Amino acid sequence: MRIIEAFVILPLVFAFLIPFVKEKGKGIIVIMVILINALLSSYFAVNSLLGKSYEFFLPGSLISGLIPIRIDSLSGWFILIINFVFITGCFYGLFYMKAYKKQKNSISLHAISFIILHSTLISLCVIQNSLVFLVVWEIMALSAFLVIIFENEKSATVKAGINYLIQSHVCILFLMFGFIWAAIDQNSFDFKNISLFTSGNDGKAIILFLIFFIGFAIKSGFVPFHTWLPYAHPAAPAHISGIMSGVIIKIGIFGILRMILLIKPDYTLIGYIILTVSVISGLYGVMQAIIQHNLKKLLAYHSIENIGIIGIGIGIGCIGMGSGNQTLTTLGFAGALLHTLNHGLFKSLLFYTAGNVYQATHTLNIENLGGLVKKMPQTTFLFLIAAIAISGIPPFNGFVSEFLIYNGLYSWLHNATLAALITIVFSILALVLIGGLAMLCFTKAFGIVFLGNPRQQFNHEVKEVSLFQLIPLYLIAFFIVFIGLFPDLFLNVLNYPVSLFTGILDKNFKPFNTVVAIRSISQTMWVLILVVILVFSIRRFITRKKSIVTLTTWGCGYVGIATKTQYTANSFIRPYRKLFKPFLLIFKHKKNIEGIFPDSAHYESHSYDKIEKMLIDNPIRAYKSFLGKFVFLQNGKLQFYIIYGITFILAVICIPIIYKIFFIFIEFLKQL
Amino acid sequence: MLSFILILIAAAFFTGIIIRTKSIFSGRKGPGILQPVKDVIRLFRKGAVYSQTTSFVFQIAPSIYFASVFMAMLVVPFGQYKGLISFNGDFIFFAYILALGKFFSIISAMDTGSSFEGMGASREALYSMLAEPAFFILMGSLALLTGHLSFQEIFATLHIGSYITYALAILATFVILMIAMIENSRMPIDDPKTHLELTMIHEVMILDNSGFDLGLILTAGYLKFAVYGALIVNLFVGVIPYEYTIPMFFIIQFLVAVAIGTIESFMARFRMGHNAQFIFALTSVSLLIFFGALLILGKFI
Repeated sequence: MRIIEAFVILPLVFAFLIPFVKEKGKGIIVIMVILINALLSSYFAVNSLLGKSYEFFLPGSLISGLIPIRIDSLSGWFILIINFVFITGCFYGLFYMKAYKKQKNSISLHAISFIILHSTLISLCVIQNSLVFLVVWEIMALSAFLVIIFENEKSATVKAGINYLIQSHVCILFLMFGFIWAAIDQNSFDFKNISLFTSGNDGKAIILFLIFFIGFAIKSGFVPFHTWLPYAHPAAPAHISGIMSGVIIKIGIFGILRMILLIKPDYTLIGYIILTVSVISGLYGVMQAIIQHNLKKLLAYHSIENIGIIGIGIGIGCIGMGSGNQTLTTLGFAGALLHTLNHGLFKSLLFYTAGNVYQATHTLNIENLGGLVKKMPQTTFLFLIAAIAISGIPPFNGFVSEFLIYNGLYSWLHNATLAALITIVFSILALVLIGGLAMLCFTKAFGIVFLGNPRQQFNHEVKEVSLFQLIPLYLIAFFIVFIGLFPDLFLNVLNYPVSLFTGILDKNFKPFNTVVAIRSISQTMWVLILVVILVFSIRRFITRKKSIVTLTTWGCGYVGIATKTQYTANSFIRPYRKLFKPFLLIFKHKKNIEGIFPDSAHYESHSYDKIEKMLIDNPIRAYKSFLGKFVFLQNGKLQFYIIYGITFILAVICIPIIYKIFFIFIEFLKQL
Repeated sequence: MLSFILILIAAAFFTGIIIRTKSIFSGRKGPGILQPVKDVIRLFRKGAVYSQTTSFVFQIAPSIYFASVFMAMLVVPFGQYKGLISFNGDFIFFAYILALGKFFSIISAMDTGSSFEGMGASREALYSMLAEPAFFILMGSLALLTGHLSFQEIFATLHIGSYITYALAILATFVILMIAMIENSRMPIDDPKTHLELTMIHEVMILDNSGFDLGLILTAGYLKFAVYGALIVNLFVGVIPYEYTIPMFFIIQFLVAVAIGTIESFMARFRMGHNAQFIFALTSVSLLIFFGALLILGKFI
C-alpha cells in the first residue's frame, strides 16, 4: 500500500524539482526516478508473474468512488516491458539529448513529461476504475504529445504532434463512450462491473467490445486507424520514437487483451474480426514501409506491421477460446504476448540506431546515406541484429514468436471447419508474405544506409556515437539474442498470463513443449551458431596463408569512381513497386531528356498512404467543401459578428422559453 | 543421418548431371559428372580478391549462407527416417533458415556498392518472397492431410491413403521442383549461363566473390539442389524399407537433375517482368493442392 503511494508521490515531487536544477542534474533526476519507479513496480510485476495477484483499494474521491488497483500477471508482463524499454530509452536519451543542451526550457518540459509518461503507462496497467483510467489515459496522451513535439520549432513536428493529439482524442472518445455506457448501467466505475454489464447479453457484449477495440486500435495503430503513427514517429526524438513504438502503442494491445478478459463476448466472432483487421494491418503496414525513404517513417510503418502480427496471435487465441481449443488459445496468446516484448526490443533498438545515424549525419533520408559501416561499425552491427530479428529470421527473438503463431495456425488445421481452414490458409499466406516483405524492406534499409559507398558528402565529420550511448543498445541486443537462444525461459514466464485466457493452471499442461518443440528450437539455434562458427573458422584456417588482394568493385571494366552508379533505394524496390501498384499511391514528377541538346532533367517520386487519402483526407475535404458553403457568414465585418453574438444570446435565452410555451400549449391541447 | 549422407552424395553428382544433360542435348560431349566438385575444390585452394568497398558483412555472408543451407539439409528426413534435427514445425524452420542465408547473400551483394549486384539483390529479395507462400501452403495441405506437423511424420504417413494422394504428390512435385528452380536461380526464372549482368539474378550477386567464399556459395548451391531433390523423393517413399528406397532416392534425384537439364535446354528465360506473375502462380497451384486435400478429407460436404 505504502509502495503505491510512494509510486504516485515520487514522480510528482521530482517533476517539480526538475526546473530548478542544471541540465546534467535533470538527466540524473529523470533516470533516478525512472529507475526507482521501475524497481517499485517491477517488484509487484515479478511477483504477479510468479502467480501472486494483488488487489488494493485507494480511497479515491466522491465522484470516482473506491479506486481498485489490481495487479495480475497480464499487468505484470506489460509493466516489465514498459520498465525495460523506459530504462534503456532514458539512458539512451540522456546522450541523445546532449545535442539539444541549449534549449533549457524545452528540456525541462521534456524531462517532466517523460517521467509522467512512465508513471501513467504503468498505472494504466493496474488501475481498474474506469473514470480514473480515463483521466490517467488523458494525462498519458498529453504527456506523450509533449515529448513528441520536443523539436517544436519545426512546423512538421508540430503538425505531426497535433495530428497525434486529435487522433488520440478520438481514441479517448471511444473509450469514454464505452466506459460511460457500462458505468451508467451498473452505477459503478469498477472494471468488474463491465463483466457484469455484458454477461448474458451477447449483442451488447460485442458492441461494447467493438467500441473498446476501435478505441484501443487507434492507440496501437491497427489499419485503418494508423494514420497518426507514420507522422508522429519521425517527428519525435529518437528515444521517444523507440519508446512510443516499443510501449506506448502496446498499451493499446494491453487494453484489447484486458477487454477480452473483462467483456466475455462471442469469442469466435471477435476472433475472426481481430484476425481480419490484423492481417490487413500486417500486410498494409509492411507494403507501405517498403516504399518509404525516411528511415524513421519506414520503421513506423513496420510498427503497424508488427501490431498486425501481434493481432493475428490475439485473433487466433480468441478463436481458440471460442471453440474450446486450449492449445490454440495458448499458442495464440503466448505468441502475441511474446511478440509484444520482442517488438518492444528490436523496434526500440532500430529507432535508437536510426537516432545514431541521424546524430552522425543529420539526415534520415535513405537516399542520401550509404557506406556508414566504415564510419559507424557498432551501430551497423546493432542495426543488423535488429533487422534480422524483425524479419523473423532465426536465430533471434522475432522468429520465436512468429514460430509460435505459425504453430498455432498449423495445429489448428487438424480440427477446423471449412471456414476456419480457409481462414488458416489466408492467415498463413499473410504471415509468410509479411515475413518476406519485411526481409525485402530491411535488406533495402540496411543495404542502402550502411553498405556501399556514401551517396552524399557531408560537410561535417561522420563518426560513431560515444560508447556510453551504445551500452543500452547492446543490452537490448543481448536480450534479442537471449530470447532467440533460450525461448523456453521466457515462455515459462508467460505461463500465468496465458492461463488467464485458457483458465488452466495445471502444471502438466505444457503445449510449449509438446505441440511446439520449443526446446528443440533452442537446441537447433545453438547448432546453427556452432555451424556458422565452424564454417567461418575453417575458412579462416584455410585462407590464412592465401593471397588477399583488395581492388575496386567489378564494374564491367569501368574502374572510376562509381558512387553515383550504385543501386539506390528507389531502384532496389522498383520491381516490387511495379508489382504492388494497386495498393500504393506514388506521385512522380519528372522531366525527360529530350532533343539533340538536352537541358537539365530530373526525376522525383514520393509516396502517400492510400488509406489515409481515402479515409482521412477525402472526408475532410468533403467536410471542408460543405462548410465552405457557409463561408459567407465569415465576412470579416464587425457589425455582422455582433449580430451573430446577439442572435446567439437571444437564442440561448429564448429557446427554453419558447419550448416551455410550446409545452404548455401541447398540454393545453391534450386537455381539450 | 541417412538422409544427411544421401543428400551429400547426391549433391556431388546433381549439378554435374544437369550440365551433362545440357551438353548432350546441345550435341557436345560435356565435362565429367564430377567437374563441379573439382571446380569447387580448386576454388577452395585459391586466394581471394576483395572489393575495397566491402565490409565485415561481405566476409561473413558466404559462411552464413553455407551454414543456412547446411542447417536446412539437417532438417530434411528420408521417408520414415528422421533427419538429424526433427521437431514439430521443422518445415517452418526449414524455410526461415534458408531465408537467413538469402538475407545475408542479399546484403553482401549490397555491400559491394555495385550497380549490377544491387539489381540482382533486388530481384532475389522479391522473387524469394513471392515463392515462399507456395511452400508454406503446400506443407500446410500435407499437414492437413496427414495430421502431423513435422517433415518426417508428414512424409512417413503421406503414403497411406487413396490414389488421389499420388495426384497431389505429382502436383506437389511440380511445386517443389519450381521452388527449387527459383531458389537456385535456374532456367525459367534466371539463366545461370547468361553473359549479360543486367539479365542475371543469382550470378550477378556473387560477381565480387572469389576464392574460398565463392567455393562455399557454389557448394551451398549444389546442396540446395540435392535438398529439394530429397524433398521430392520424400513425397513418394513413405514407409517402404530402405533397401528399396535408397536406389529410389538416387533414381529420382537423377530424374530430377535430368528434368532440370532438359528444361534448361529447351526453354528460354522468362521476361524479368513476367517472373513475378509466374512465381505467384505457384501459390495458386499450392492452393489447388490444398483444395485437393480438403476433397480427400471430405471437408467440402
